[in-house]
Amino acid sequence: MSTVTAPPEVAPATAAPGSPSDVVEVIRPTRGWAALDLRRLWEYRELLAFLTWRDIKVRYKQTILGASWAVLQPFCTMVVFSLFFGKLAGLGSDGVPYPIFAYTALVPWTFFSNGLSQASNSLVGSANLIRKVYFPRLTIPISTVLSGLVDLALSSVILVAMMAYYGITPTVNTVWLPLFVMLASLTSLGVGVWLSAMNVQFRDVKYVVPFLAQLWMFATPIAYSSSLLSEPWRTVYGLNPMVGVVDGFRWALLGTGQAPGAAVAMSCGVTLLLLVSGAFYFRRMERTFADVV
Amino acid sequence: MSDVAIRVEGLSKRYELGAQQAPYRTFRDAIANAATAPFRAVRGVFAGRSRKPLPELWALRDVSFEVSKGTVLGVVGRNGAGKSTLLKILSKITEPSEGHAEIRGRVGSLLEVGTGFHPELSGRENIFLNGAILGMRRADILKKFDQIVAFAEVEKFIDTAVKHYSSGMYLRLAFSVAAHLEPEILFVDEVLAVGDQAFQAKCLGKMGEVAGQGRTVVFVSHNMAAVRALCTEAMLLREGRVALRGSPATVLDQYLQRDDREETDLAQVTDREGNGAFRFTGIALVDHAGQSIDVAHSGEKIAIDLTYASRERGAASGALVFHIFVRNMFGDRLATLSTRYAPSPLEYPDRGRLRCEIDKLPLAPGKYALDIAMKFQETLVDQVLAARTLTVGEGDFWGNGKVPSGSAGALLVDHRFEVSP
Repeated sequence: MSTVTAPPEVAPATAAPGSPSDVVEVIRPTRGWAALDLRRLWEYRELLAFLTWRDIKVRYKQTILGASWAVLQPFCTMVVFSLFFGKLAGLGSDGVPYPIFAYTALVPWTFFSNGLSQASNSLVGSANLIRKVYFPRLTIPISTVLSGLVDLALSSVILVAMMAYYGITPTVNTVWLPLFVMLASLTSLGVGVWLSAMNVQFRDVKYVVPFLAQLWMFATPIAYSSSLLSEPWRTVYGLNPMVGVVDGFRWALLGTGQAPGAAVAMSCGVTLLLLVSGAFYFRRMERTFADVV
Repeated sequence: MSDVAIRVEGLSKRYELGAQQAPYRTFRDAIANAATAPFRAVRGVFAGRSRKPLPELWALRDVSFEVSKGTVLGVVGRNGAGKSTLLKILSKITEPSEGHAEIRGRVGSLLEVGTGFHPELSGRENIFLNGAILGMRRADILKKFDQIVAFAEVEKFIDTAVKHYSSGMYLRLAFSVAAHLEPEILFVDEVLAVGDQAFQAKCLGKMGEVAGQGRTVVFVSHNMAAVRALCTEAMLLREGRVALRGSPATVLDQYLQRDDREETDLAQVTDREGNGAFRFTGIALVDHAGQSIDVAHSGEKIAIDLTYASRERGAASGALVFHIFVRNMFGDRLATLSTRYAPSPLEYPDRGRLRCEIDKLPLAPGKYALDIAMKFQETLVDQVLAARTLTVGEGDFWGNGKVPSGSAGALLVDHRFEVSP
């Protein structure tokens, strides 16, 4: 047992859950809004890493298609879109070939919508953990969204291959890409946190989620270009944070459209609002999870 | 500097009973409410429960106690007495409705072994995952990894997915991770009830070791032998309140005498027939050692304890006859156990316990109902239908390890075959 291959090393593990021995924990009923208690969340970062790692590991172990699954979903959607919207409907694609135009948007979109739907079911799916062990429950939806980053990376490999095929050189703006990935993660998490907490209380939320994801997709410029809209509507359109993400991806990689300014600022604002309100709602509901889930 | 590790004051936990039948509401309902009273519905979404008053159940009621450092406290009580709820509150899994608790020191809680185990992951991976879930740091897990594997005796299979493990291996590994948790305060719920006899003994030994290291342990168990062996103090919970606190011997005596009997309280049952001169007050299933059990096993020696009381002092009881009818779940009567068949008449005090012993339970695994009745010279005195469910688990009826299953029919009959030319 000399070599122990395994899980991710996480920052210097100084603070263990509930650490020093002179700590006094007071347990009492709480009412109303609770503080976010991000410090406690930080104390449990190792668990967060382990849960993320488990999600990734399990996802690729259980499926026959394994890693290719992450790629197939956006790729097939791209093929369908190219046929129907690109060829038949002849939608404009800002001067780049339609397939790459669609795929560039589908990569962040698939990450977002999978993260959203998996996060929504994450608490209910972890019922046995919630009933038997204490830890900040926010780690569950967060780890779910984080584990999706691996899928995102895999589907990006195809994106790079497609760009090479179409002879598109990425612009220098590619350096901004991580920012858009972060915006997509946080949006996914913000909505996921809301829905996961509601799903514990209202079990029909899970029927709403696929529907919501579908509507949201059409409200996002994936099959079409946001240049179809003119100001001031375009800025209003930016209220949908995924508009900022998708336009950002296309701008950074393909050089289409203009540098996202007002719209992205708006997107960030909305995302922040979703995330913070979601986290507070979650914390408020958290105390009843173990009794209800 | 106080040496109190846990201080609990006035702790109560209320559950709304309606939630039992409909654990979750639907969003649709919330929206429907919104049409009539938008404000109320919005508040409902945030409050997380409906405004209608529901019948309540106090799982814990005004519980106060202290545990000093280094104490191993055994908590006993009947099912539903609030033991598990208490541990859940102390482990911060659920919040109390009233009161508060103070805990000094790093807490580890073990309400189940193998929480978070994933069947697709290997033994090695599960050790890390489960350790992290139980609150161990990665560095600690690495340090103890070899010990955990050795204790579980799964060295050869450590890189095999646990779904391929036998149930024994799975439990050993799960317990082993838990046993290497080293908190200052440990909450343990019934985890010793796993595995075979040999492994249980090993677990018990490990628990004793943990307890001997000056840690504070709160231990909930139905295993009286374990409580007696491990605990330095004991506490009896009864209907959500602390009924008794003292040495394990004192508390267990009280528990075995009073609480452990009458597993099913029949005194409150209103759905009964008969003139009521005598009434059944309880029915319990006990094993060969006289300890209350929930499940009997085929071929086991068990007993059914009936407790009864007369309405008036000195009631004539000479001609009382007791019957126990065993029915299957379709309502067919399979057997009648009756004092009428007793070789000599029994004398019944005003109130007492009648024990019916069965040397070798001849029932196949499954669920059965016990109807009980008392007659006095052909007059029905008291009758309670389905007074208790008799759950029979698999057992070695034939004494040869070929365990009969429910599909063999309900009755197990000792028999022999002989061949002649």
